[in-house]
Amino acid sequence: MDLLTQWLGWMPNLAPGLVISLQLTGLALLIGFPFGLLLAVMAEAKFLPFQWISFGFVEIGRGLPALVLLYLLYFSLPDAGITLTSLTTAIIALSWNTGAYASEYFRAGLAAVPLGQKEAAITSGLTGWTGFRIVILPQALRISTPPLAGLAVLVFQGSALAFVIAVPELMSKAFEIGSITFEYLSVYTLTAVIYGSLTLVFLGLVRLLELRLGRHLLRN
Amino acid sequence: MIMELLTSIARGVGLTLYVTGASLLIGGIIGLVLVGAARSPIGIIRGAATLYINIVRVIPPITWLFLIYFGLPQYALRLSTLQAAIVGFSIIASAFMAEIYRSGLLSIPDGQREAAHALGLGSITTVGHIITPQAFRVALPAIATYGIGLLKDSALASTIGVREITYYAQQSAKQTHEGLLSFVVAGALYIIISLVVALVARRVDLKLRRKIGVV
Repeated sequence: MDLLTQWLGWMPNLAPGLVISLQLTGLALLIGFPFGLLLAVMAEAKFLPFQWISFGFVEIGRGLPALVLLYLLYFSLPDAGITLTSLTTAIIALSWNTGAYASEYFRAGLAAVPLGQKEAAITSGLTGWTGFRIVILPQALRISTPPLAGLAVLVFQGSALAFVIAVPELMSKAFEIGSITFEYLSVYTLTAVIYGSLTLVFLGLVRLLELRLGRHLLRN
Repeated sequence: MIMELLTSIARGVGLTLYVTGASLLIGGIIGLVLVGAARSPIGIIRGAATLYINIVRVIPPITWLFLIYFGLPQYALRLSTLQAAIVGFSIIASAFMAEIYRSGLLSIPDGQREAAHALGLGSITTVGHIITPQAFRVALPAIATYGIGLLKDSALASTIGVREITYYAQQSAKQTHEGLLSFVVAGALYIIISLVVALVARRVDLKLRRKIGVV
Protein backbone atom coordinates (compact mmCIF):
# COMPACT_ATOMS: atom_id res chain seq x y z
CA MET A 1 0.00 0.00 0.00
CA ASP A 2 2.90 2.23 0.91
CA LEU A 3 4.47 1.68 -2.47
CA LEU A 4 1.23 2.52 -4.23
CA THR A 5 0.82 5.86 -2.44
CA GLN A 6 4.46 6.66 -3.25
CA TRP A 7 3.86 5.84 -6.91
CA LEU A 8 0.64 7.86 -7.03
CA GLY A 9 2.52 10.77 -5.48
CA TRP A 10 5.09 10.65 -8.32
CA MET A 11 2.54 10.39 -11.10
CA PRO A 12 1.96 14.19 -11.43
CA ASN A 13 5.71 14.55 -12.08
CA LEU A 14 5.97 11.60 -14.45
CA ALA A 15 2.84 12.33 -16.48
CA PRO A 16 4.28 15.33 -18.40
CA GLY A 17 7.30 13.14 -19.22
CA LEU A 18 5.04 10.43 -20.57
CA VAL A 19 3.21 12.99 -22.70
CA ILE A 20 6.54 14.06 -24.22
CA SER A 21 7.53 10.41 -24.80
CA LEU A 22 4.25 9.83 -26.63
CA GLN A 23 4.64 13.06 -28.62
CA LEU A 24 8.15 12.06 -29.59
CA THR A 25 6.95 8.61 -30.64
CA GLY A 26 3.98 10.01 -32.54
CA LEU A 27 6.03 12.57 -34.46
CA ALA A 28 8.81 10.07 -35.20
CA LEU A 29 6.20 7.74 -36.71
CA LEU A 30 4.37 10.52 -38.53
CA ILE A 31 7.60 11.69 -40.17
CA GLY A 32 9.44 8.37 -40.26
CA PHE A 33 6.83 6.27 -42.06
CA PRO A 34 6.31 8.57 -45.07
CA PHE A 35 10.09 9.06 -45.16
CA GLY A 36 10.51 5.28 -45.19
CA LEU A 37 8.01 4.94 -48.03
CA LEU A 38 9.89 7.62 -49.96
CA LEU A 39 13.18 5.78 -49.40
CA ALA A 40 11.57 2.50 -50.51
CA VAL A 41 10.26 4.06 -53.72
CA MET A 42 13.61 5.76 -54.36
CA ALA A 43 15.42 2.46 -53.88
CA GLU A 44 13.39 1.03 -56.78
CA ALA A 45 13.80 4.12 -58.97
CA LYS A 46 15.48 3.80 -62.35
CA PHE A 47 17.43 7.01 -61.76
CA LEU A 48 20.63 5.75 -60.11
CA PRO A 49 21.48 8.71 -57.82
CA PHE A 50 18.07 8.20 -56.15
CA GLN A 51 19.09 4.63 -55.37
CA TRP A 52 22.39 5.80 -53.86
CA ILE A 53 20.70 8.45 -51.72
CA SER A 54 18.19 5.90 -50.49
CA PHE A 55 20.95 3.38 -49.78
CA GLY A 56 22.91 5.98 -47.81
CA PHE A 57 19.99 7.01 -45.63
CA VAL A 58 18.86 3.43 -45.01
CA GLU A 59 22.31 2.06 -44.18
CA ILE A 60 23.17 4.91 -41.82
CA GLY A 61 19.76 4.77 -40.16
CA ARG A 62 19.90 1.02 -39.67
CA GLY A 63 23.62 0.46 -39.29
CA LEU A 64 24.30 2.99 -36.56
CA PRO A 65 22.99 2.38 -33.07
CA ALA A 66 20.07 4.76 -32.49
CA LEU A 67 22.05 6.26 -29.63
CA VAL A 68 25.02 7.08 -31.87
CA LEU A 69 22.72 8.63 -34.48
CA LEU A 70 21.17 10.74 -31.74
CA TYR A 71 24.55 11.93 -30.46
CA LEU A 72 25.78 12.46 -34.02
CA LEU A 73 22.99 14.94 -34.73
CA TYR A 74 23.10 16.46 -31.27
CA PHE A 75 26.81 17.23 -31.39
CA SER A 76 27.17 18.07 -35.08
CA LEU A 77 24.14 20.18 -36.01
CA PRO A 78 25.19 23.15 -33.84
CA ASP A 79 28.61 23.11 -35.55
CA ALA A 80 26.85 23.36 -38.89
CA GLY A 81 25.10 26.47 -37.61
CA ILE A 82 21.78 24.71 -36.99
CA THR A 83 20.61 25.14 -33.41
CA LEU A 84 17.61 23.01 -32.57
CA THR A 85 16.05 22.10 -29.25
CA SER A 86 16.99 18.69 -27.93
CA LEU A 87 13.40 17.53 -28.55
CA THR A 88 13.59 18.48 -32.23
CA THR A 89 16.97 16.75 -32.53
CA ALA A 90 15.52 13.62 -30.96
CA ILE A 91 12.54 13.73 -33.34
CA ILE A 92 14.87 13.98 -36.35
CA ALA A 93 17.12 11.14 -35.14
CA LEU A 94 14.22 8.84 -34.27
CA SER A 95 12.43 9.64 -37.55
CA TRP A 96 15.55 8.80 -39.51
CA ASN A 97 15.97 5.55 -37.59
CA THR A 98 12.28 4.69 -38.03
CA GLY A 99 12.31 5.64 -41.71
CA ALA A 100 15.32 3.42 -42.41
CA TYR A 101 13.69 0.36 -40.82
CA ALA A 102 10.26 1.17 -42.28
CA SER A 103 11.69 1.45 -45.79
CA GLU A 104 12.72 -2.22 -45.64
CA TYR A 105 9.16 -3.23 -44.72
CA PHE A 106 7.71 -1.01 -47.44
CA ARG A 107 10.12 -2.53 -49.96
CA ALA A 108 9.10 -6.02 -48.94
CA GLY A 109 5.44 -4.99 -49.27
CA LEU A 110 5.98 -3.44 -52.70
CA ALA A 111 7.93 -6.48 -53.88
CA ALA A 112 5.13 -8.78 -52.74
CA VAL A 113 2.57 -7.20 -55.07
CA PRO A 114 2.50 -9.44 -58.16
CA LEU A 115 3.88 -7.94 -61.36
CA GLY A 116 0.55 -8.76 -63.05
CA GLN A 117 -1.08 -6.04 -60.98
CA LYS A 118 1.23 -3.44 -62.44
CA GLU A 119 0.73 -4.75 -65.95
CA ALA A 120 -3.04 -4.79 -65.43
CA ALA A 121 -2.91 -1.21 -64.16
CA ILE A 122 -0.96 -0.09 -67.23
CA THR A 123 -3.34 -1.96 -69.52
CA SER A 124 -6.27 -0.24 -67.85
CA GLY A 125 -4.66 3.10 -68.64
CA LEU A 126 -3.58 3.73 -65.04
CA THR A 127 0.01 4.63 -65.78
CA GLY A 128 2.75 6.08 -63.64
CA TRP A 129 1.84 7.71 -60.35
CA THR A 130 -1.94 7.08 -60.65
CA GLY A 131 -1.49 3.36 -61.12
CA PHE A 132 1.02 3.22 -58.30
CA ARG A 133 -1.23 5.16 -55.96
CA ILE A 134 -4.53 3.35 -56.50
CA VAL A 135 -3.42 -0.15 -57.54
CA ILE A 136 0.00 -1.04 -56.17
CA LEU A 137 0.28 1.03 -52.98
CA PRO A 138 -2.93 -0.13 -51.22
CA GLN A 139 -1.97 -3.76 -51.72
CA ALA A 140 1.62 -3.16 -50.61
CA LEU A 141 0.50 -1.25 -47.52
CA ARG A 142 -1.73 -4.10 -46.41
CA ILE A 143 1.25 -6.44 -46.48
CA SER A 144 3.56 -3.97 -44.74
CA THR A 145 1.16 -2.95 -42.00
CA PRO A 146 1.75 -5.72 -39.41
CA PRO A 147 5.56 -5.34 -39.34
CA LEU A 148 5.21 -1.55 -39.36
CA ALA A 149 2.89 -1.71 -36.37
CA GLY A 150 5.47 -3.86 -34.61
CA LEU A 151 8.09 -1.24 -35.48
CA ALA A 152 5.87 1.46 -33.97
CA VAL A 153 5.99 -0.37 -30.64
CA LEU A 154 9.79 -0.47 -30.82
CA VAL A 155 9.90 3.24 -31.60
CA PHE A 156 7.97 3.90 -28.40
CA GLN A 157 10.60 1.96 -26.47
CA GLY A 158 13.33 3.74 -28.42
CA SER A 159 11.94 7.13 -27.39
CA ALA A 160 13.51 6.44 -23.97
CA LEU A 161 16.90 7.13 -25.61
CA ALA A 162 16.07 10.82 -25.90
CA PHE A 163 16.90 10.91 -22.20
CA VAL A 164 20.61 11.10 -23.03
CA ILE A 165 20.29 14.49 -24.73
CA ALA A 166 18.15 15.89 -21.91
CA VAL A 167 14.74 15.72 -23.54
CA PRO A 168 12.37 15.93 -20.54
CA GLU A 169 10.62 12.63 -21.31
CA LEU A 170 9.63 9.78 -19.03
CA MET A 171 13.15 8.45 -18.29
CA SER A 172 14.43 11.95 -17.51
CA LYS A 173 11.56 12.62 -15.15
CA ALA A 174 12.21 9.29 -13.46
CA PHE A 175 15.89 10.14 -13.13
CA GLU A 176 14.98 13.51 -11.60
CA ILE A 177 12.76 11.88 -9.01
CA GLY A 178 15.43 9.26 -8.35
CA SER A 179 18.16 11.81 -7.74
CA ILE A 180 15.94 13.78 -5.34
CA THR A 181 14.45 10.90 -3.35
CA PHE A 182 17.16 8.22 -3.86
CA GLU A 183 14.29 5.77 -4.39
CA TYR A 184 15.85 4.65 -7.68
CA LEU A 185 14.58 1.09 -7.54
CA SER A 186 11.02 2.16 -6.89
CA VAL A 187 10.89 4.94 -9.47
CA TYR A 188 12.48 2.85 -12.22
CA THR A 189 10.16 -0.03 -11.43
CA LEU A 190 7.25 2.37 -11.87
CA THR A 191 8.78 3.58 -15.15
CA ALA A 192 9.19 0.00 -16.30
CA VAL A 193 5.55 -0.69 -15.41
CA ILE A 194 4.42 2.35 -17.41
CA TYR A 195 6.49 1.44 -20.47
CA GLY A 196 5.55 -2.22 -20.17
CA SER A 197 1.82 -1.73 -19.79
CA LEU A 198 1.61 0.80 -22.62
CA THR A 199 3.66 -1.52 -24.84
CA LEU A 200 1.25 -4.35 -24.02
CA VAL A 201 -1.69 -2.13 -24.95
CA PHE A 202 -0.01 -1.22 -28.25
CA LEU A 203 0.79 -4.88 -28.96
CA GLY A 204 -2.87 -5.73 -28.32
CA LEU A 205 -3.89 -3.07 -30.85
CA VAL A 206 -1.39 -4.50 -33.36
CA ARG A 207 -2.96 -7.94 -32.91
CA LEU A 208 -6.44 -6.44 -33.52
CA LEU A 209 -5.18 -4.65 -36.62
CA GLU A 210 -3.69 -7.88 -37.98
CA LEU A 211 -6.99 -9.68 -37.45
CA ARG A 212 -8.88 -6.88 -39.18
CA LEU A 213 -6.53 -6.79 -42.15
CA GLY A 214 -6.73 -10.57 -42.47
CA ARG A 215 -10.55 -10.63 -42.52
CA HIS A 216 -10.82 -11.06 -46.27
CA LEU A 217 -8.57 -14.13 -46.04
CA LEU A 218 -10.70 -15.73 -43.32
CA ARG A 219 -13.89 -15.53 -45.35
CA ASN A 220 -12.59 -17.56 -48.26
CA MET B 1 42.74 14.63 -36.69
CA ILE B 2 40.77 11.63 -37.82
CA MET B 3 43.61 9.26 -36.88
CA GLU B 4 43.78 10.72 -33.37
CA LEU B 5 40.02 10.35 -33.00
CA LEU B 6 40.18 6.81 -34.32
CA THR B 7 42.88 5.77 -31.87
CA SER B 8 41.07 7.28 -28.92
CA ILE B 9 37.63 5.92 -29.84
CA ALA B 10 38.91 2.48 -30.89
CA ARG B 11 39.94 1.94 -27.26
CA GLY B 12 36.27 1.22 -26.64
CA VAL B 13 36.03 -1.64 -29.16
CA GLY B 14 37.21 -4.19 -26.61
CA LEU B 15 34.52 -3.42 -24.05
CA THR B 16 31.82 -3.14 -26.71
CA LEU B 17 32.70 -6.63 -27.92
CA TYR B 18 33.03 -7.90 -24.36
CA VAL B 19 29.62 -6.60 -23.26
CA THR B 20 27.95 -7.88 -26.44
CA GLY B 21 29.70 -11.26 -26.41
CA ALA B 22 29.27 -11.97 -22.71
CA SER B 23 25.60 -10.95 -22.78
CA LEU B 24 24.91 -13.02 -25.87
CA LEU B 25 26.59 -16.04 -24.27
CA ILE B 26 24.91 -15.74 -20.87
CA GLY B 27 21.60 -14.73 -22.43
CA GLY B 28 21.91 -17.64 -24.85
CA ILE B 29 22.35 -20.11 -22.01
CA ILE B 30 19.47 -18.67 -19.94
CA GLY B 31 17.44 -18.64 -23.14
CA LEU B 32 17.97 -22.40 -23.49
CA VAL B 33 16.61 -22.94 -19.99
CA LEU B 34 13.70 -20.60 -20.76
CA VAL B 35 12.74 -22.35 -23.97
CA GLY B 36 12.85 -25.66 -22.14
CA ALA B 37 10.69 -24.22 -19.38
CA ALA B 38 8.27 -22.71 -21.90
CA ARG B 39 7.68 -26.22 -23.30
CA SER B 40 7.46 -27.88 -19.91
CA PRO B 41 4.47 -30.15 -19.22
CA ILE B 42 3.95 -28.38 -15.88
CA GLY B 43 1.63 -25.42 -16.32
CA ILE B 44 3.15 -23.16 -13.65
CA ILE B 45 6.69 -23.44 -15.06
CA ARG B 46 5.37 -22.83 -18.56
CA GLY B 47 3.42 -19.79 -17.39
CA ALA B 48 6.37 -18.38 -15.46
CA ALA B 49 8.71 -18.71 -18.46
CA THR B 50 6.23 -17.06 -20.81
CA LEU B 51 5.60 -14.27 -18.29
CA TYR B 52 9.35 -13.66 -17.88
CA ILE B 53 9.90 -13.51 -21.64
CA ASN B 54 7.05 -11.05 -22.10
CA ILE B 55 7.97 -8.82 -19.17
CA VAL B 56 11.58 -8.55 -20.35
CA ARG B 57 10.56 -7.71 -23.89
CA VAL B 58 8.08 -4.94 -23.16
CA ILE B 59 10.48 -2.83 -21.05
CA PRO B 60 12.99 -0.63 -22.93
CA PRO B 61 16.66 -1.69 -22.56
CA ILE B 62 17.69 1.65 -21.07
CA THR B 63 15.09 1.25 -18.32
CA TRP B 64 16.51 -2.20 -17.53
CA LEU B 65 20.02 -0.81 -17.27
CA PHE B 66 18.99 2.02 -14.96
CA LEU B 67 16.85 -0.27 -12.86
CA ILE B 68 19.84 -2.56 -12.33
CA TYR B 69 22.58 0.02 -12.01
CA PHE B 70 20.77 2.63 -9.91
CA GLY B 71 18.04 0.54 -8.36
CA LEU B 72 19.78 -2.56 -7.01
CA PRO B 73 22.31 -0.77 -4.73
CA GLN B 74 19.29 0.10 -2.55
CA TYR B 75 19.35 -3.57 -1.61
CA ALA B 76 23.11 -3.43 -1.05
CA LEU B 77 23.72 -5.17 -4.36
CA ARG B 78 26.25 -2.78 -5.80
CA LEU B 79 27.42 -3.77 -9.24
CA SER B 80 30.19 -2.13 -11.25
CA THR B 81 29.06 -0.39 -14.43
CA LEU B 82 30.40 -3.26 -16.52
CA GLN B 83 28.69 -5.90 -14.39
CA ALA B 84 25.41 -3.97 -14.46
CA ALA B 85 25.57 -3.70 -18.25
CA ILE B 86 26.29 -7.41 -18.69
CA VAL B 87 23.55 -8.42 -16.24
CA GLY B 88 21.07 -6.08 -17.96
CA PHE B 89 21.86 -7.14 -21.51
CA SER B 90 21.97 -10.82 -20.49
CA ILE B 91 18.43 -10.54 -19.13
CA ILE B 92 17.27 -8.84 -22.31
CA ALA B 93 19.14 -11.26 -24.58
CA SER B 94 17.78 -14.30 -22.72
CA ALA B 95 14.19 -13.40 -23.65
CA PHE B 96 15.00 -12.71 -27.28
CA MET B 97 17.21 -15.77 -27.62
CA ALA B 98 14.43 -17.92 -26.14
CA GLU B 99 12.11 -16.66 -28.88
CA ILE B 100 14.73 -17.41 -31.54
CA TYR B 101 15.28 -20.95 -30.21
CA ARG B 102 11.52 -21.46 -30.10
CA SER B 103 11.11 -20.60 -33.77
CA GLY B 104 14.08 -22.86 -34.54
CA LEU B 105 12.46 -25.74 -32.66
CA LEU B 106 9.11 -25.14 -34.36
CA SER B 107 10.76 -25.58 -37.73
CA ILE B 108 11.79 -29.15 -36.94
CA PRO B 109 9.08 -31.51 -38.21
CA ASP B 110 7.43 -33.79 -35.63
CA GLY B 111 8.50 -36.71 -37.80
CA GLN B 112 12.09 -36.23 -36.61
CA ARG B 113 11.07 -36.73 -33.00
CA GLU B 114 8.86 -39.66 -33.91
CA ALA B 115 11.62 -41.25 -35.97
CA ALA B 116 14.07 -40.88 -33.07
CA HIS B 117 11.50 -42.42 -30.75
CA ALA B 118 10.93 -45.30 -33.18
CA LEU B 119 14.69 -45.92 -33.25
CA GLY B 120 14.60 -46.28 -29.47
CA LEU B 121 16.55 -43.12 -28.65
CA GLY B 122 15.91 -41.66 -25.21
CA SER B 123 14.51 -38.16 -24.86
CA ILE B 124 17.86 -36.61 -23.83
CA THR B 125 19.64 -38.21 -26.79
CA THR B 126 16.86 -37.08 -29.09
CA VAL B 127 17.10 -33.48 -27.94
CA GLY B 128 20.91 -33.50 -27.89
CA HIS B 129 21.66 -35.31 -31.13
CA ILE B 130 18.59 -34.99 -33.34
CA ILE B 131 16.65 -31.83 -32.52
CA THR B 132 19.30 -29.36 -31.32
CA PRO B 133 21.73 -29.65 -34.26
CA GLN B 134 18.93 -29.11 -36.77
CA ALA B 135 17.28 -26.33 -34.77
CA PHE B 136 20.63 -24.59 -34.32
CA ARG B 137 21.19 -24.52 -38.05
CA VAL B 138 17.78 -22.95 -38.61
CA ALA B 139 18.29 -20.45 -35.79
CA LEU B 140 21.83 -19.38 -36.72
CA PRO B 141 20.94 -16.54 -39.12
CA ALA B 142 18.45 -15.18 -36.58
CA ILE B 143 21.06 -15.43 -33.82
CA ALA B 144 23.56 -13.50 -35.95
CA THR B 145 20.98 -10.81 -36.70
CA TYR B 146 20.14 -10.55 -33.03
CA GLY B 147 23.83 -10.42 -32.14
CA ILE B 148 24.26 -7.42 -34.43
CA GLY B 149 21.19 -5.82 -32.86
CA LEU B 150 22.67 -6.42 -29.41
CA LEU B 151 25.97 -4.90 -30.55
CA LYS B 152 24.09 -1.72 -31.41
CA ASP B 153 22.08 -1.85 -28.18
CA SER B 154 25.33 -2.16 -26.23
CA ALA B 155 25.93 1.52 -27.05
CA LEU B 156 23.43 2.14 -24.25
CA ALA B 157 25.99 0.89 -21.74
CA SER B 158 27.73 4.25 -22.20
CA THR B 159 24.80 5.91 -20.38
CA ILE B 160 25.80 4.19 -17.14
CA GLY B 161 29.49 4.87 -17.77
CA VAL B 162 30.87 1.71 -19.38
CA ARG B 163 33.93 2.77 -21.36
CA GLU B 164 32.93 1.40 -24.74
CA ILE B 165 32.88 2.93 -28.23
CA THR B 166 30.06 5.43 -27.67
CA TYR B 167 31.51 6.49 -24.32
CA TYR B 168 34.88 7.38 -25.86
CA ALA B 169 33.18 9.05 -28.83
CA GLN B 170 31.27 11.26 -26.42
CA GLN B 171 34.48 12.09 -24.54
CA SER B 172 36.23 13.00 -27.79
CA ALA B 173 33.27 15.07 -28.95
CA LYS B 174 33.38 17.10 -25.76
CA GLN B 175 37.16 17.50 -25.63
CA THR B 176 37.94 18.19 -29.28
CA HIS B 177 34.68 19.86 -30.39
CA GLU B 178 34.75 17.54 -33.39
CA GLY B 179 31.27 16.22 -32.66
CA LEU B 180 30.43 15.13 -36.17
CA LEU B 181 33.74 13.41 -36.82
CA SER B 182 33.80 11.63 -33.45
CA PHE B 183 30.44 10.01 -33.99
CA VAL B 184 31.10 9.29 -37.65
CA VAL B 185 34.17 7.36 -36.48
CA ALA B 186 32.10 5.58 -33.80
CA GLY B 187 29.38 4.78 -36.34
CA ALA B 188 31.94 3.44 -38.80
CA LEU B 189 33.38 1.16 -36.10
CA TYR B 190 29.91 -0.25 -35.36
CA ILE B 191 29.20 -0.81 -39.05
CA ILE B 192 32.57 -2.53 -39.59
CA ILE B 193 32.01 -4.87 -36.62
CA SER B 194 28.46 -5.63 -37.84
CA LEU B 195 29.75 -6.44 -41.32
CA VAL B 196 32.41 -8.78 -39.95
CA VAL B 197 29.85 -10.58 -37.77
CA ALA B 198 27.46 -10.87 -40.73
CA LEU B 199 30.21 -12.27 -42.99
CA VAL B 200 31.35 -14.83 -40.42
CA ALA B 201 27.75 -15.91 -39.80
CA ARG B 202 27.19 -16.35 -43.51
CA ARG B 203 30.34 -18.46 -43.83
CA VAL B 204 29.31 -20.70 -40.94
CA ASP B 205 25.78 -20.95 -42.31
CA LEU B 206 27.06 -22.01 -45.74
CA LYS B 207 29.38 -24.57 -44.16
CA LEU B 208 26.51 -26.07 -42.18
CA ARG B 209 24.32 -26.16 -45.27
CA ARG B 210 27.02 -27.91 -47.30
CA LYS B 211 27.36 -30.48 -44.55
CA ILE B 212 23.80 -31.63 -45.08
CA GLY B 213 23.92 -31.19 -48.83
CA VAL B 214 21.62 -28.19 -49.22
CA VAL B 215 23.00 -25.72 -51.79
